[in-house]
Amino acid sequence: MNTIQSSQKTKRRLNITALYLLLALLAAFFFIPFWWMVATSLKTYTEVYTRQYSLIPTSLHFENYRSVFKALPFAKYLYNTFKISALVIIGTLTTSSMAAYAFARLRFKGRDVLFFLYLATLMIPRQVVLIPNFIIFRELGLLDTHWSLVLSGIFTAYGTFLLRQFFLSIPKELEEAAVIDGYGYWARFMNIIIPLSKAALTTLLIITLLSIWNEYLYALVFLQSDRNRTLTLGISLLRGDFDVKWNQVMAATVISVAPIVVVYISAQRYFVEGIALTGVKG
Amino acid sequence: MDRLEGFPASLSHPSGYYLMNKSRMVRAEHRAALLFLLPNIIGFLIFSLIPTVSSFALSFVDWGLLDKPSFTGLANYRELLKDSIFWLTLKNTALYSFVKVPLNLVLSLLLAILLNKQLRGRNFFRAIAFLPSVCSSVAVALIWAPLLESSNNGLINHMLSFFGIDAIPFLVSPAWAMPSVIFVGLWKELGYFMVIFLAGLQGISRSYYEAASIDGANARTVFFNVTLPLISPTTFFALTTSLIGSFQIFDLTSVLTKGGPANATNTLVMYIYQNGFQFFRMGYASALSLILFVAIFIITLVQNHYSDKWVFN
Repeated sequence: MNTIQSSQKTKRRLNITALYLLLALLAAFFFIPFWWMVATSLKTYTEVYTRQYSLIPTSLHFENYRSVFKALPFAKYLYNTFKISALVIIGTLTTSSMAAYAFARLRFKGRDVLFFLYLATLMIPRQVVLIPNFIIFRELGLLDTHWSLVLSGIFTAYGTFLLRQFFLSIPKELEEAAVIDGYGYWARFMNIIIPLSKAALTTLLIITLLSIWNEYLYALVFLQSDRNRTLTLGISLLRGDFDVKWNQVMAATVISVAPIVVVYISAQRYFVEGIALTGVKG
Repeated sequence: MDRLEGFPASLSHPSGYYLMNKSRMVRAEHRAALLFLLPNIIGFLIFSLIPTVSSFALSFVDWGLLDKPSFTGLANYRELLKDSIFWLTLKNTALYSFVKVPLNLVLSLLLAILLNKQLRGRNFFRAIAFLPSVCSSVAVALIWAPLLESSNNGLINHMLSFFGIDAIPFLVSPAWAMPSVIFVGLWKELGYFMVIFLAGLQGISRSYYEAASIDGANARTVFFNVTLPLISPTTFFALTTSLIGSFQIFDLTSVLTKGGPANATNTLVMYIYQNGFQFFRMGYASALSLILFVAIFIITLVQNHYSDKWVFN
């Protein structure tokens, strides 16, 4: 009896060890590329040339970062990306929450037809409307300006759709009390709906942030002059065909992912809950 | 109309609102709706709806951007049928999607099940698995391009050499390029879909598992007869998002392999980009866009059609 128990115990302990071993391997699989990126960003070019694979630089060369800032207007790229992201996030959250409120709570002629049109464009990927968008911005004279990325980023049907679904799940009774107290639509929207929708708004904020910070195709097509480029577009041009200075390219890549990784680490819970919500609400 | 629009009858009883003229109230609601909608709807019309409609119209013209567009009927579509690169990009896009998506779903579900266990430090592991998902595909491609270098100077081939495996030309051989792109795509996406599946797993009521354990079901039976059916709505969502996203692949291949070698990883969106902005053939690029839309539309229809056979709501 005793031996059976102890052998079961050993077996369980072995299982747990195997499990943690698997976890360690998986963690290495996801993490080593990041580690390698930072390590390489600190290597000399000679070391990249001979020991590109190494995970520990023989000496640390922070001057790679200085060379990157010198070779390309990276400070400008950073500023542009921050500016565009902030404008798109503010624009998306305000305009789509307002539209979502109208679709969820107000009655007006043509509401269903209009909402159907929103739903229909939801199915159309951004890549499909790239050409007409380019032509429209060309006509408006907004090519090679940040407005082209901002405007094409704000008015996606997704935000309106997501928030409308969420607003519909808020009990109407909460607003009815406010109606009796004489609150108008705007006051109800601002004081009841918005405070209750923090989870959905956070989700939309995170999805919008990830998509605009990492946007590549639209930036590539719309932004032509160097001073207007975003981080993602800026680093994409560094992929040469041969004899690439990977230490400097990795320094540039670190600069481009660092801000969003820092935001992610400090707000990890919101990222995870936000992404999870998109799956639950469908 | 006997009652306040949008509110239950019980509530339209004596209140300030009840005394208001009804048509005035309806008008007030219409005016409010217009004001709430206006900021979004103007942008939606100009930057979403009109582009969608004009994308269709543009596919019937020949237009080099500097000349005047001329109507050519179905010529773009006729050319498309004979364009071997178009068929190749369509094939590559489908190959990438139909190989990567099943792998993605299986692996991210396994990852979610593993990290749903009561383990020390599981939040840390989840955080690491999700890390690639916050980075741009461009950054991911820039990190993986040197890692997958074909000489032993690249980390992956360097590691393989310990096992006596000769250097593999991951990104420069037409046979290896697509598998490499799929691999990097998986590395980037797994954590994202793990999070989606974790939410699905946590939504399953404990009572189902308790009932199964009373019935003496083993772990395998529980997985196939309890877990899988109960997360099927999540699986359906993950399948749809992953598949639609995969058909739009551009960023990753554009930086990792530049569509090469010999168009081995050229995709539909990349071909749209090339036609529109390198060859300046707006009409032809629009016709290609429409094919992309139709492909995604068909996938969505097929998925919805078969969903009631395996999705339990």
